Amino acid sequence: MSILIDEKSKVLIQGITGHQGTFHSQKMIEFGTKVVAGVTPGKGGQTVNGIPVFDSVRAAVEETGAEVSGIFVPAPFALDAAIEAMDAGITSLVVITEHIPVQDAMRIVSLADRSGVRVIGPNTPGIASPGKAKLGIIPNHILKKGDVGVVSRSGTLTYEIVDLLSRAGIGQSTCIGIGGDRVSGTDFVEVLELFKKDKQTKRVVLIGEIGGSAEEEAAEFISKGFTKPVTAYIAGKSAPQGKRMGHAGAIVSRGTGTAEGKIKALKAAGAEVAGTAVDIVRLVKRG
Amino acid sequence: MNLLEFEGKRLFIDYGIPIPEGVLSRGGLSQLPFGYPAVVKAQVPVGGRGKAGGVRTVNSGAELEAALGGIIGMSIGGHRVEEALIERMVEGGGELYVSVSVDRSKGRPLLMVSDAGGMDIESVPEGRILKEWIDPWVGLRPFALRNLIAGLGIDSGSSGQFKAILQGVWHLFQDMDAELVEINPLIVTKEGRLVAADSKVVIDDDALFRHEELKKSAGEMTELERKARDAGISFVQLGGDIGVIANGAGLTMATLDILAARGGKGGAFLDLGGTDDPEQVRRAFLLMKEVKPKAVLINIFGGITKCDTVAQGLLQALGDGSTDIPIVARIKGVNEEKAVEMLKGSGIKPMLSLDEAIKAVVNISSGA
Repeated sequence: MSILIDEKSKVLIQGITGHQGTFHSQKMIEFGTKVVAGVTPGKGGQTVNGIPVFDSVRAAVEETGAEVSGIFVPAPFALDAAIEAMDAGITSLVVITEHIPVQDAMRIVSLADRSGVRVIGPNTPGIASPGKAKLGIIPNHILKKGDVGVVSRSGTLTYEIVDLLSRAGIGQSTCIGIGGDRVSGTDFVEVLELFKKDKQTKRVVLIGEIGGSAEEEAAEFISKGFTKPVTAYIAGKSAPQGKRMGHAGAIVSRGTGTAEGKIKALKAAGAEVAGTAVDIVRLVKRG
Repeated sequence: MNLLEFEGKRLFIDYGIPIPEGVLSRGGLSQLPFGYPAVVKAQVPVGGRGKAGGVRTVNSGAELEAALGGIIGMSIGGHRVEEALIERMVEGGGELYVSVSVDRSKGRPLLMVSDAGGMDIESVPEGRILKEWIDPWVGLRPFALRNLIAGLGIDSGSSGQFKAILQGVWHLFQDMDAELVEINPLIVTKEGRLVAADSKVVIDDDALFRHEELKKSAGEMTELERKARDAGISFVQLGGDIGVIANGAGLTMATLDILAARGGKGGAFLDLGGTDDPEQVRRAFLLMKEVKPKAVLINIFGGITKCDTVAQGLLQALGDGSTDIPIVARIKGVNEEKAVEMLKGSGIKPMLSLDEAIKAVVNISSGA
């Protein structure tokens, strides 16, 4: 599967000279990703992990032909970084940064829609296609090539579940985090559309959580002719109403966005729903 | 962060949204600079104050004193009332509803108006709510205002005011990084004037770095939750006796779900987030100590947060007495071998399996 990136995609890392940008660009290279450039304003001319650093995205794109960008810059600068990338002709953006103001996220998503740019995130662990490439922070060693597509609103919970799958011998075609914020560039439905077309993906694991209605929308999409088996898990069954459970988007308000509502919708759409995160493997194996 | 009604109304003044004459009091007030009847309203960052007896109409100085005496100090939704807003009663001919919020599924600001003001918007029939989605780069355009005014049937005498109020609400929403700005009700007086009788303004916590002036507002958090916020840790108090420290919101929630399924009860939810600072781990233990759980479960799947960072913070916390509660640790992911090595001799043996760790912590908390 090569939605967004594959082994040929030329990847740019914005914020590459920061602690996270440096650490994770090295891991991406080890995974097989073609990281061609980094950008940190004021640090052009340096190299990080052997990758040339540029002052601007425009310069990086002109020199290296970068087409996909991973944003690792701190939240107050993420909006500008995203606009700069779109201005320079980047076609897909993976926004790793957490705690971006929701108004900034809405501006990023609006501009991307108009420019025909795909945005994954914000607040996402990124995307990984084992055996091909990854852009983001999903730990390399837990990934295993296979035929299960994993899509999730979470970061570390995705690692937990991917690790359990891999240990049970169940590999993945692509793992995508759509992000834990209120506003995301790409939702479950868009990822399911991509999984539907992808020949490598034979079944899907969908990891949702309380808050919003993205899982209900996914359930509706599944019920309208998504024929690959779906195993789902919704985190936050034991969460109290009205409390923001760590993710900006994970809040049950006025009785909407509950785990029960999402589980019911997914079951009605024909998905199997695991009671706890550790039960997913059993259900995938059985199916 | 939920602003109090009077804090929201101060912003309304800045944005040209008319509010009733009013004064703020902490009690002991028996005279008003305006006439009766007046409304005395408890200032709390949660809904339901009317049902709780936190809103009273008064007709004299004696009634005012009595109402303040009853309202100041009462508890609404776990919040002690410190202040009350006293406003001149606005005689209305009708009540409207106005809000701008974040539409999560469309990823855009949503402006909603209705002629069914004064009710919870969730209970207003869809057919009586008019909606305009606003592109943040384009703003609120005259055509959208015309659509809303025509849809509501606002007469020409009030339409200019209504447009100005909608623009005010929109600009407040954008400038102040709000998640919600709501006027419910917006009163239409018999003379055709529009007045915002209530305010609900929720500010995006992630944007507080742009609004230093708002950081002082208490919001709806408990004291411990506020301490956690200041430390950059997301922390929610629950009812049970097992403290959970994990990294990442989804993993923390999933851990609590498994705990519940295995008969344990979460006492506090503490998400370290993506930190790479051992001091942050120590601060987490200090917070957890105040919750006084019977046992603490650490569940780390290292990514941005590396396992050795957590181990280092844990050793610091054990070394300086930041924690004295039995700990079960499950540490996996980036640099897990280093973490296991570091914790040798500390009395804590990290487990790799989440299921086993959860069984162990439930056993400790139940005294088994």
